[in-house]
Amino acid sequence: MSASLAMGAYGFYVWSSVAVFFFVLLIDTLAPLARRRRNLRELRARIARQENRRRPGTPPSNESNA
Amino acid sequence: MANWVPLWLHRLGSPPVFYRFAGAVRPWALGLALVLAGVALYGGLFVAPADYQQGDAYRIIFLHVPSAWMSLFIYGAMAVAAFVGLVWRIKIAEVVAMESAPVGAAFTFITLVTGSLWGKPMWGTWWTWDARLTSELVLLFIYLGVIGLYHSFEDRRQGARAASFLVLVGAVNVPIVHFSVNWWNTLHQGSTVRLLGPSHIEASMLWPLLTMMAATKLYYVASLFARVRADLIASESGKGWVRELLAHRDGSGA
Repeated sequence: MSASLAMGAYGFYVWSSVAVFFFVLLIDTLAPLARRRRNLRELRARIARQENRRRPGTPPSNESNA
Repeated sequence: MANWVPLWLHRLGSPPVFYRFAGAVRPWALGLALVLAGVALYGGLFVAPADYQQGDAYRIIFLHVPSAWMSLFIYGAMAVAAFVGLVWRIKIAEVVAMESAPVGAAFTFITLVTGSLWGKPMWGTWWTWDARLTSELVLLFIYLGVIGLYHSFEDRRQGARAASFLVLVGAVNVPIVHFSVNWWNTLHQGSTVRLLGPSHIEASMLWPLLTMMAATKLYYVASLFARVRADLIASESGKGWVRELLAHRDGSGA
């Protein structure tokens, strides 16, 4: 098993390739999920601001999760 | 042809329908992609025999070649979507084209880096200005140009239209990348797997390669759908369905 993990003399190159492949795709997977959550949060804050403008005097409800 | 196909495609052109469809498909595509990638890597890194010339270094092929295929495939998909978006002004097509670019750029980047890691032990150099390598680097710059142009406009749809033109112009590079190993005398080796005629590869090496190809295709679907969903929340934020979605999320404590 350790012999096959060493990949002959090429372990560094093979395993670096595997690492690059998964690292780049991991970032590519996480980035849009974070962006969607951020977009939802910003939209929620914007709606809350609009509500406050419409009914002045009411306490701002968006401070806690903005 | 049965008319439910165009009908279904037409319904899918509606942002809220696409949003829900993408949300339902994404986890399955990603899960299947992970399973297939695991199987392919097991087969490629441990089961397949070493190459008679390149030893174990050739195993980089199982990451490098599927990524390179995806760098061209995604460009093709992006060009079709950009064309549909420009001609028929279908918003979903514009969003699909624009959100394909980062995934394509990621695969192009992986192709260049894994190619470099393969080139060092086999050719003795990390990089050379060979036709295949140079045209692939140009492909990366086109992807980055598309992303940059899309985001440089205040108005998203205007940005998408400008960037879609760039996508169509940049499409000339795709056949150049593909045929570069035939048109020029390159250091890069020729095609191993061919659609027409016999492939120059053993079955024990071919199946992990094709399995990885399926995995990367599914991954593209998953990543694209996640990106389209994120994009639609922002670009459709004034629409009732996004407001309802938000109210529903808040109602369920999310």
